[in-house]
Amino acid sequence: MKNSSRRGFMGKAFGAVAGVGAVASLYAMKRSWDPLPSVKAAGFTTLDMSGYKENELVTEKWRGKPIFVLKQTADMVEKAKKNPKELERLIKIGDAYYLVCLGLCTHLGCIPGYNPDEQSFLCACHGGLYDFTGEVTKAPPPRGLDIPPFKIDGNKLVLGEEGPEYKKMLEAGTTLRA
Amino acid sequence: MAHFTKATSLHDWLNQRLGIDTVRRVMATEYWIPKNINFLWAMGMVLAITFGLLLISGIFLLMYYQPNVELAFDSVNYTIMQEVGYGWLWRHIHGVAASVVFLIIYIHMFTGIYYGSYKKGREMIWISGMLLFVAFSAEAFSGYMLPWGQMSYWAGMVITNLFAGGSLHADGLVEWIRGDYVPAQAFLNRFFMLHVLLIPLAILGLIGLHFGALRIPHVNNQDGEEIDFEAEAAKYKSGDKAGSKVIAFVNDFMSKDMMVVGIYLVFFFYLVFYHYDFAMDPVNFDPADGLKTPAHIYPEWYFLWSYEILRPFSTDVGLIAFAFAQVIFFALPFLDKSPNAVPASRRGLFKYWFWALLIDMIVLTAMGKLPPEGIFSTIGLVAALTFIGLWIILPFITKMEKKA
Repeated sequence: MKNSSRRGFMGKAFGAVAGVGAVASLYAMKRSWDPLPSVKAAGFTTLDMSGYKENELVTEKWRGKPIFVLKQTADMVEKAKKNPKELERLIKIGDAYYLVCLGLCTHLGCIPGYNPDEQSFLCACHGGLYDFTGEVTKAPPPRGLDIPPFKIDGNKLVLGEEGPEYKKMLEAGTTLRA
Repeated sequence: MAHFTKATSLHDWLNQRLGIDTVRRVMATEYWIPKNINFLWAMGMVLAITFGLLLISGIFLLMYYQPNVELAFDSVNYTIMQEVGYGWLWRHIHGVAASVVFLIIYIHMFTGIYYGSYKKGREMIWISGMLLFVAFSAEAFSGYMLPWGQMSYWAGMVITNLFAGGSLHADGLVEWIRGDYVPAQAFLNRFFMLHVLLIPLAILGLIGLHFGALRIPHVNNQDGEEIDFEAEAAKYKSGDKAGSKVIAFVNDFMSKDMMVVGIYLVFFFYLVFYHYDFAMDPVNFDPADGLKTPAHIYPEWYFLWSYEILRPFSTDVGLIAFAFAQVIFFALPFLDKSPNAVPASRRGLFKYWFWALLIDMIVLTAMGKLPPEGIFSTIGLVAALTFIGLWIILPFITKMEKKA
């Protein structure tokens, strides 16, 4: 009896120490899989907005992801003004309106292609459609193309920094934090 | 201490120390297999041999492969394919075996379903087999990342995005799995580790469990007959080999098993030498490019059926349907409520259920390869709904089944 309780105590003591060790090592393993600081730090891209042409899609790169920049024509802006949900998605710099969004389908992350004649984006993977403001017009995508964090700096746009215009979009639910 | 005597031979020396005669008896000469089986019972050995081929070819590929986003593509497509002597052989064996192994797994699975080999004490054989299927799927996916071509990159992007859980929007989890915002160096390195170490270790352990699970219930037979293995083994050992319902694993069963393996290997090496291209997607011969999606992203043929269950629905419903398809086969022994462990042909409605499931999965596979447009979308949707429906009705139709 004495012996078995002594063994029982040793077993429990070992179990407790091993348990703490197991939890600690799980935490270390989780942390080892986290993105490295160098990966996280390389996250800013500055775009000069004066060079873009109307209705011509340009693909930039931010954090390894494609960024669509589409300068809107006067026609598009007129159409967008009729629908506040569409207008909210555009960024106004000077007098011009731009769509700046992640070029990754919100369904499963393929890159949609732009058709300038139909002024729409088609994702070839699963057939999703978006209009010229990146709003969804045909499922499966659950929401419009995400807008990256941006800050307007004169005629420049800094991606990766959260400016007041971006924060307003987040609050209004126009985009999710990308 | 045990008593040792002067050895009369090397065999005796080893036998005193390792008990090799006992091991041989337990594992081989007195491990009993029913006589009433057919060539489908050889698929286990075919799978073991194919796994061996994957392991050996993998060892040679590992010596020249570079898990680096700058070098990976060339290390496969230039170094291994053009510089290394017979490097092409290892790559083609590895690629063809990775594809064919799933064909055999599916045959093995559907054999088990047809003959009711997951019931009456054989549940753990089925469950350990399904765990092996999951492990092989993870092994195939992680291996597909390694050449770092366009399909590697975009399949990696799409599959890791599944972990965002649709509307749950768990982007943090996806970035954690990747170690970056997009598949990049950290991603390639960790999937390399998974492919060459962690998952193969799990597979070896699971193979042990799968074999162990066979030990007590024994292999099923063509009629689902309950055999008294001890009585039949005694008959066999007393010399009445013709009257006994069982044979020894070695040499009796093995000789027939290896006959099937031989025919399989002729077919396998025909593919390796003359038709390896079916296992090599042409799109993956373009290096990975994060700014250009291929026109159609589709998985290898063996994942198409579950991919097609994901595709016709909106994101959240699709994910739930996909998750359902991934786990539902595990539940087969418990959803089949009938006590009959006999071939499907003698089981009433279950016969139609079996063939409906098989045909539905072939339809899903075909639709998964085609672009999701027009009539193909509709057929895919119907087939996906049929798949889910079949599993929902299974407990009901098997409950109604009469004792055979």
